Amino acid sequence: MNYNWNWSVLFEPEYLGWLMSGLGWTISVALCAWVIALVVGSLVGVGRTLPNKFISTLCTAYVELFRNVPLLVQMFIWYFAVPEMLPEDAGRWMKRDMPQPEFVTAVVALGLYTASRVAEQVRAGIETVPKGLSSAATAQGMSVAQVYRYVLLPISFRLIVPPMTSEFLTVFKNSSLALTIGLLELTAQSQQIAEYTFQSFEAYTAATIIYVLIALTATVAMTLLERYTRIPGYVGKEG
Amino acid sequence: MGDFDFGVIISNLPFLWQGLQLSLLLTLLAILGGIVLGTLLALARLSGIKPLALVAAAYVNLIRSVPLILVIFWFYFLVPLAVGRPIGGFYSALIAFVMFEAAYYSEIMRAGIQSVKKGQVHAGQATGLGYWQIQRYVVLPQAFRNMIPILVTQGIILFQDTSLVFVVSLRDLMTASSIVARTEGRLVEMYLFAALVYFVICFSGSLFVRRLQARMAT
Repeated sequence: MNYNWNWSVLFEPEYLGWLMSGLGWTISVALCAWVIALVVGSLVGVGRTLPNKFISTLCTAYVELFRNVPLLVQMFIWYFAVPEMLPEDAGRWMKRDMPQPEFVTAVVALGLYTASRVAEQVRAGIETVPKGLSSAATAQGMSVAQVYRYVLLPISFRLIVPPMTSEFLTVFKNSSLALTIGLLELTAQSQQIAEYTFQSFEAYTAATIIYVLIALTATVAMTLLERYTRIPGYVGKEG
Repeated sequence: MGDFDFGVIISNLPFLWQGLQLSLLLTLLAILGGIVLGTLLALARLSGIKPLALVAAAYVNLIRSVPLILVIFWFYFLVPLAVGRPIGGFYSALIAFVMFEAAYYSEIMRAGIQSVKKGQVHAGQATGLGYWQIQRYVVLPQAFRNMIPILVTQGIILFQDTSLVFVVSLRDLMTASSIVARTEGRLVEMYLFAALVYFVICFSGSLFVRRLQARMAT
């Protein structure tokens, strides 16, 4: 093994700037996609548990479709195929005039993909709430919407905070796939530094450390949220 | 949308089939390697030997906090350096996948091993079996049985993950589709076709898992 170490390359303003800009993109893609995932995922997850057969089948189809196609393929379909499939004007707008096309595409693809995983957690959460509670609410004369609004959702959303932590971490890791459509996020920047300087070890180490720091920060944030949202005395909550 | 060209898919089927074979081979070998290494990591974490458990835990947590693409880049750089000569993209990718998936498999196996009742281990000790004999004949067979559905699910995820070898231009199904898409100028057809193939395989896999779970529940 012969390798010329040169850690100082990481602190040269140019390359340090690349890393920081990559970090910025990684965080922006992940957080924006997470917002989409939470909104769409909650709707789809709730939809799967509804008594209406049509809606629940539609939501199940969404989950199966987005979960069983690799994220990379989805990213390419959004970026390369969708503009071709849309009516001409819309397609041309996506290809030419849409601002930040790589960023927007990455956020949409990652968001809708993660939504299918969030939906599964939401559904599982709703199904964990004991049947008796919603029966009692119905017996009180609550409508389906009220049962969800006042009974099922407040409990289940607090129950699913712990499993959501791992989905939240995954969204940061999966944001690295944006590099395949040309977004220079953290992984792409570290590879670019490796190519320019031949200091691959240093460049990848820097990216690795930053990802670990992101994971630690996200874990701490979610642990705080978990403590704040925990339902005191709820069965099965401890350990 | 009107001029969807099936011809381009059919005329390139042999090339795409080669890609799919590479995806499947990579998946299979990575599952085997990942389970073996993952089981060893899980045993290390549960061994009660402090330094060993710490190293294994550190490895698992490190790998689980970085993206797979970065791990692939790492091993593309490290493996030839460690071996001293280039050994080809396939082996570098395979090693990257085994090292990456082992971290996830070890978490599955750890849960599986912990699901085996303590009394089983004690009974093994009482009959005079050693540590490795207990693991080999008592704990692991039961742990594997309990874990089969999750192991298969992880295998499906792994199959989807192999599409990421695209970043190092290894010719799996994804890379093959994208090569055809570019050379023939048929992006819509090729990417939708790739999505369909992945979907059919992964969806069948998850139906199989559901059947397994139903059978184990009874």
